[in-house]
Amino acid sequence: MKRCVPAVLALSIIGLGLLLTGMVENRYFYFATYVILQYIVLATAWNILGGYTGYVNFGTPAFFALGAYMATFLMLACHAPLPVLVLAGGLISGLLGLGLGYLTLRLKGVFFSIATLALTVVLQTVMINWEFVGGAKGLSIIRPATVLFFSSYVKFLFAVMLCLAVASVTIAWWIEHSWIGRGLAAIRDNEEAAECMAVPTLKLKILATTVSGALMGMAGAPFPLHVTLIEPTSAFNLDYAVNSLAMPMIGGTTTWLGPLVGAILLGTAQQTATVTISSALNLLIVGVVLVAFVILAPEGLVGLVRRLVQRERA
Amino acid sequence: MADMLLAVQHVTKRFGGFQALTDVSLQVHQGERFGLIGPNGSGKTTLINCISGALRTDGGKILFQGTDITTLPAHQRTRLGIARSFQIPKPFTSMTVLENLCIPLIYAAPAQAHGADVSAEAMQILQHIGLEAKADTRATRLSLIELRKLELARAMAARPQLLISDETMAGLSNSEVDEILTILTALNERGISIIMIEHIMRAVMRFSQRIVVLDAGQTIAEGTPDEIVRNHTVEKAYLGE
Repeated sequence: MKRCVPAVLALSIIGLGLLLTGMVENRYFYFATYVILQYIVLATAWNILGGYTGYVNFGTPAFFALGAYMATFLMLACHAPLPVLVLAGGLISGLLGLGLGYLTLRLKGVFFSIATLALTVVLQTVMINWEFVGGAKGLSIIRPATVLFFSSYVKFLFAVMLCLAVASVTIAWWIEHSWIGRGLAAIRDNEEAAECMAVPTLKLKILATTVSGALMGMAGAPFPLHVTLIEPTSAFNLDYAVNSLAMPMIGGTTTWLGPLVGAILLGTAQQTATVTISSALNLLIVGVVLVAFVILAPEGLVGLVRRLVQRERA
Repeated sequence: MADMLLAVQHVTKRFGGFQALTDVSLQVHQGERFGLIGPNGSGKTTLINCISGALRTDGGKILFQGTDITTLPAHQRTRLGIARSFQIPKPFTSMTVLENLCIPLIYAAPAQAHGADVSAEAMQILQHIGLEAKADTRATRLSLIELRKLELARAMAARPQLLISDETMAGLSNSEVDEILTILTALNERGISIIMIEHIMRAVMRFSQRIVVLDAGQTIAEGTPDEIVRNHTVEKAYLGE
């Protein structure tokens, strides 16, 4: 029975989301919520490699944009529907993660991070020069006029991203509570000792980069349809790298709850600030909050609450 | 030989231009208490890094129970039955003592169930080592001797046939050294072969049945503790002419 609880919870969240699409009509609501959900996926995906395994990835934009460009390519080439685009985006970015794992996970610590940064630059240069998907000036994307079951396309996008968010949090939860999660934690704590205690470190690290990359690619696939545009500067935006790292750091990196809480709080703050104050304020908020957390609560909100609860008991 | 557990054959290791090990050969038998000594920088830790798989050799072969393990990655050697403790303790810092033991229990014996009995088994090992009171303590809060015991307990959790104890007693007091010696002897009585690398001569001499001495990456002597004490080459290596 107890094992079913997460599954029931996950399904009921999706159910509630679908119910919502029948009740709320405000298009901006879906547009903004989509962005927050997208960040739940990105932050959770980042955390599988960065939080559980301890390898800091600055390359979120590369995985995200690759998913978006794969989707663009398939839309232009064969008018593929959104679910196919999401799967294809996940597949190609998962492969990128696999390749990155093979090539760079022998690099430790900061050198791995530099390699992920380089990956973003290389991939962006490729896309700038690929005319078929818009090159440097980009392409505007026209959404399908109608979609089954939903009264508008933005609701459909919202529902797809909701499913992705629930799926990635479930995957993170499962990894954390399985033998894989324990192995990843051992790698994060001390890779040499982990290897000597029979943990297949290389295999597990490659698994983490692949799953993390695939989820980021899936989050990127609906992006061209969401903003009705694909263009290198926005697809490879630095925001994705900073946010997907800052959100788990603020929420707490060692549990599935951390990136979820971080993405909801920071994502909502950013969306609110964009409308009420200015859209340029986004990264400033992230910066200030991140610095505050690194100094005051290095284990994130989840760690902070846990410490307070323990103190209460003691 | 039937009771041969580990055979190191003509192993060579270079770090750039530095020859750390030159043509080193030695054997460890089933159930043996084996001492490995030598002055600082003689290649002891390099040799056991080669045996445990942390380093690749540049020449020679390593056999474990007759199978060639020279090119196997470290985690597979642990599964075959070679476990080690580290000179500088390397605990999994985000975990409790009990959770530290669960890692090798889960990964070294994957045939066993990944379930509830893992922590029971871990608790049993902690009782053998005398660390059960600290089971729920974070590894970062342990004292030096407790960390050393954790290193041994974690190595034990890998269910080894050969345990390599790398300077487990360095920096401990006399009574603590005795405590560790008692633990290692008890493990040996349960059939585990032990390679002890140690600078504390009192301990190695008392513990080992056979000793190999390394100096500048070469074996210079092999024999019982008594023979080693009387060996002039060994004396020269430690004290000079």
